[in-house]
Amino acid sequence: MTLWKPDPTFYPSPRDAAAAPAEKLAYVAAFDRSASRPDAMTVLDTDPESDSYGAIVGWTDLPYTGDELHHFGWNACSSALCPSAPHPHVERRYLIVPGLRSSRIYVYDTKDLVSPELVKVIEAEDLGKRAGYSRPHTVHCGPEGLYVSALGGYGEEGPGGIAVLDHTSFEVLGRWESDRGPQYLAYDFWWHINHDVMVTSEWGTPSMIEDGLVGESLLGRQYGHRLHFWDLRRRRHVQEVDLGDQYQMVLELRPAHDPRKKYGFAGVVTNVEDLSASIWVWYEEGSRWAVRKVVDIPAEPAAADDLPDVLKPFGAVPPLVTDIDLSVDDKYLYVSCWGTGELKQYDVSDPFKPVETGSIHLGGIVRRAPHPAAPSGRLSGGPQMIEVSRDGRRVYMTNSLYGSWDDQFYPDGVGAWMAKVDTAGFTLDERFFPHGDDFRGLRPHQTRLQGGDASSDSYCYP
Amino acid sequence: MTLAAVILLGAFHGINPSMGWLFAVARGLQERSRDMLLQSLPVIALGHLASVALVVLIVSATDSLVTGSVLSIASGVLLVGFGLWHLLSKRHFRWVGMRVSLPQLAAWSFLMSSVHGAGLMLLPVLTRLPAGTTAAGAHHHGGGALSGGMVVAGIHTLAMFVTATVIALVVYEFAGLTILRKAWFNLDRMWAFALVGAGAITLATAW
Repeated sequence: MTLWKPDPTFYPSPRDAAAAPAEKLAYVAAFDRSASRPDAMTVLDTDPESDSYGAIVGWTDLPYTGDELHHFGWNACSSALCPSAPHPHVERRYLIVPGLRSSRIYVYDTKDLVSPELVKVIEAEDLGKRAGYSRPHTVHCGPEGLYVSALGGYGEEGPGGIAVLDHTSFEVLGRWESDRGPQYLAYDFWWHINHDVMVTSEWGTPSMIEDGLVGESLLGRQYGHRLHFWDLRRRRHVQEVDLGDQYQMVLELRPAHDPRKKYGFAGVVTNVEDLSASIWVWYEEGSRWAVRKVVDIPAEPAAADDLPDVLKPFGAVPPLVTDIDLSVDDKYLYVSCWGTGELKQYDVSDPFKPVETGSIHLGGIVRRAPHPAAPSGRLSGGPQMIEVSRDGRRVYMTNSLYGSWDDQFYPDGVGAWMAKVDTAGFTLDERFFPHGDDFRGLRPHQTRLQGGDASSDSYCYP
Repeated sequence: MTLAAVILLGAFHGINPSMGWLFAVARGLQERSRDMLLQSLPVIALGHLASVALVVLIVSATDSLVTGSVLSIASGVLLVGFGLWHLLSKRHFRWVGMRVSLPQLAAWSFLMSSVHGAGLMLLPVLTRLPAGTTAAGAHHHGGGALSGGMVVAGIHTLAMFVTATVIALVVYEFAGLTILRKAWFNLDRMWAFALVGAGAITLATAW
């Protein structure tokens, strides 16, 4: 049913959104690596005034096993206020939750519920037959409906791409691309909504990821190393920008929230020449898109004995930048180094000259830095998916990357934890550290904050 | 009375952010240019006018073929049905593209107005224009109905344009868009009720 007034979580501009009230709940997708019991949508209490602050207060098991929940998103967001097709009286209410391994897409209702309720299952076959894709990943609400990126083709390796789902029925409408040009690999996507520009990134095809990182493919430089720019309106590929084939796995894309701006950040997992990680800026140069590397994070030397097999030949821990997140005011970029176990904060007021303003060590392949809430333990896993609150005051992170990759890089167990950083002093919140059995044997992957967060909404007004 | 209704309906359409003032404000903000806002509004009004004029053309063409009461009853049924569909359907207008040229903006406005049934809302007035009603049963060429209808469309669009311009400027210069969060009443639902109401009036006065 439509509302009489716009959904209160929709904001015309990033400035308005930054003034939003603090989230009281966080939704965290968690999966069972053994695929013997169902994955779950877990719900955490993020209200510091509450008695159950930092605890899991909601839990909904999926109906099947082996989905491997990964990323997910909302059915509607602030882009519903955009003037070209306004529909602001819908509700931000449903979570669209893809299973990266099963290719199913689940729809969960969160309205007036602590534990979300399943309302729809889109079978892998529907996604495959209607859009030609499998392994659904990133979800964004946008002008034509819900956009869902997918890593693989239906019954074949590729190309991966983007499927469009209906805003209200959530039926798969079809494949988004009308002309994909040279694009084959897929991973993340987002847009400059006021400029009718879509940007997509590259990871690998299903066979390159599902059984773990394939060393030969990495050294053969076969993982993704390009960005693709598209005409959002005509669904056409416009330009491919190659970062250089040593830059393997261009993952998360974070365009500026200010709709007047035409730049954004992309994280690269590793450079095969020296195992460093990097952050890139894309921007417009004349009428063409260009990229520039703005941050290099070097690998840290380590004794072979301390390293998992996959890294022994290199004698170093790669930072493995697996996620980046840009605050809603476009001032701070948060970077997770899942290998070295570090969360970095950069002041990116000048996107071309990031200044490192904060660093927190937590976990890490070698360092195993403990959380202050459990100072005696050695912590496995590292900061992985990051989510920043709309007001920019809180950063949440979870520790699992992807089942088979967790096992390669943390062979003695990646563990399960979620942590929160208060950005005012850039310190870990000792009261917020759900971990271990709290997640009942599941591994937490991505966080979405109630009402929206720094990677959920796009805005049409500056 | 009729004139007041035409003007009020124009203002009602002008107030609705979906009908274009919001797009004009967005274009102005995006380019930091009030000129951009001001040049968008007449184009949006033109698209609206085209949508309403299309209904006038259809009415006057139909009017010359059937009797006035048949036209009124058909219009009433159409309005009630269209209004109910708007009320019950969850579909919303889809349009991709924020960077549009002025002709594209006019096309956008035409489509937006047509999908919302902006012209249909004027049916109670259009079906009761003198040339249409007095000529019932007698053969005529609809010339009177057509010109009268076009005058109605023109006045209606002018009212819509003035209202939209005032709101766009106030929001752009003073109020700011944060106001949308509180003040963007679901006019589309009101709109659906208005369509049903207009249909009922048309039916009630058909005899």
